[in-house]
Amino acid sequence: MKLIKTAFRSLIGNGLKTWLNVFVLSISFVMIIIMQGILQGWSKQAIEDAVRWEIADGQYWQEKYDPHDPFTLDSSTMQIPEVFATDIKNHLIEPVLITQGTIYPDGRMQGVLLKGIQPDQHLLEIPTDSLNKVTDEIPVVMGAYMARQAKLKLNDVLTLRWRDRNGTFEAADIRIVGVFKTTVPAIDVGTLWLPLDRLQMMTLNEGCANVLIKSPEKEVVDIAGWNFKTTEKLTETTLLMVKTKSIGTSVFYVVFLLLGMLAIFDTQTLSIFRRQKEIGTMIALGMTRKQVVRHFTMEGSLYAILALAFGAVWGAPLFYYMVEKGITFPAVEAADFGIPMGDTMYAVITPGLVIGTVLFIFIVTALVSYLPAKKIAKMNPTEAIRGKAL
Amino acid sequence: MKTIVDVKSLTKNFPVGAGFFTALKDVSLQFNEGEFAGLVGPSGSGKTTLLNIIGSLDVPSKGEVVVLQRSVGKLSPKEAAKLRKEELGFIFQSYNLLPVYTVFENVEFPLLLLNMTAEERKERVMETLKWVGLTDKVKSRPAQLSGGECQRVAIARAMVKRPVLVLADEPTANLDSKNSHNILQTMLKLNEELKTSFVFATHDEKVISYLKRIIRLEDGKVVADELIAKPSK
Repeated sequence: MKLIKTAFRSLIGNGLKTWLNVFVLSISFVMIIIMQGILQGWSKQAIEDAVRWEIADGQYWQEKYDPHDPFTLDSSTMQIPEVFATDIKNHLIEPVLITQGTIYPDGRMQGVLLKGIQPDQHLLEIPTDSLNKVTDEIPVVMGAYMARQAKLKLNDVLTLRWRDRNGTFEAADIRIVGVFKTTVPAIDVGTLWLPLDRLQMMTLNEGCANVLIKSPEKEVVDIAGWNFKTTEKLTETTLLMVKTKSIGTSVFYVVFLLLGMLAIFDTQTLSIFRRQKEIGTMIALGMTRKQVVRHFTMEGSLYAILALAFGAVWGAPLFYYMVEKGITFPAVEAADFGIPMGDTMYAVITPGLVIGTVLFIFIVTALVSYLPAKKIAKMNPTEAIRGKAL
Repeated sequence: MKTIVDVKSLTKNFPVGAGFFTALKDVSLQFNEGEFAGLVGPSGSGKTTLLNIIGSLDVPSKGEVVVLQRSVGKLSPKEAAKLRKEELGFIFQSYNLLPVYTVFENVEFPLLLLNMTAEERKERVMETLKWVGLTDKVKSRPAQLSGGECQRVAIARAMVKRPVLVLADEPTANLDSKNSHNILQTMLKLNEELKTSFVFATHDEKVISYLKRIIRLEDGKVVADELIAKPSK
């Protein structure tokens, strides 16, 4: 307690220099919490969006289906199990048939994934009801990113070519009946959504699907030839990608932290050089060298506590804003990132994040303060009293 | 009279280049309770070195120095710190006040190390500041004080824990004549009233004129040790 008291007095007595260091360190505090908060918010939003737009409550994958290997698409097309017939009618299970195709926008050739889904499904937020429109052509909906990339717009008509299950090439005109904006690239980039029955007919795969999307109201059952993938499993890759992005982002807060630590290290080193007489006097008054080392370490560590208090004062409104209003990135396209990403990102600031950051910065500050203070242990007190120990 | 410091055949060497410089050569003397004594001699005569060893800030190369029944050379750093903290007071030539602390906090510092309660500390500090006539400066910082006032704060800091022995190294070197006399009178008064022993290292005639015992050092040796029956001041 006496150590904290004496250290605190010395720190406050240093005046402006102390407050400048405290300010720099408080920036590190606030920025680390905000950046980590945004990353946590991003993870949360990515999972929520993926669930709403793509995954629902999990999916049954035909056992040969591998989304990363297009060659498995044909072999993983299988009859929808009879046991799900009622559930499909009641939209508790939504079958998706997936195959490859080619479109020719403006005479260019572009490979696409064709995904057939029931137009009146409501498990996913994709506006598939547009697929109910009666047109001479095959109705399709697509994501805004895909439309922009292919330079397509609503009501455009273009040619689609595909192969049926016998390998015969077929072609027909398609009409874009819906363009939707989504934050989930997996259902947008290179994907066309068609009515399920139409795609089944086109590919001669009546009653078949590759993926069965499950409603939360439906229990998981074991079906031969189909593997159930939970939401956690299906969002694993997304979370891993957010984590990978966060490593890149962490460079920024390492820089912030380094700035704060450099200021403290610099101040402490200079302080020990400048305050040799004080150090000698403290020893003469009855402190051991170890106690003086602890005093200076404590003095440096107290920067973290003051910075915490100061950061709380100016950071709290900022935290509130980031949690409630979020930060908008108008020019950022989720598809460019390959991860679900909203236009506005909200920070998720948990007590764990705050406590973790506080502890982390306190430990790093204490370490940075201890390093220059170690020199005191080697000082000759009689030289230090005269200011000639270093 | 009780002996509080017993210096026995003390030699102190300092490494210089490949060899040694001998600062003290076979010095033997004793200090008793209530003394107002001075180590007098020119620069380099070994006064400060002897004071530092008595103050357990340094250790003998040869011989023994016993301070309050404790052999300085055999004390662990913790025991030496305890001796300084509880029994010894220091006054330095350049005051060595903690610049960011107020007068009150500077004087309070040794009591903080003794784990006294806030109430006890306040009472003791105010009483001590009253002795040195600085009760109106409690909130001032050293930079706002004159040299004489700073040295009075240093005396208060040395006296606040009621030490058995105060070691003062050239306490008047940075003071004018008037302030020097004020300081010395204060210390003499404390010596007489509280029976605190004072040992000075000095070559200042003003200090010498107050001493009751003068130990003359030359080239690290005691060349004279005289008791002054009637100090000139």
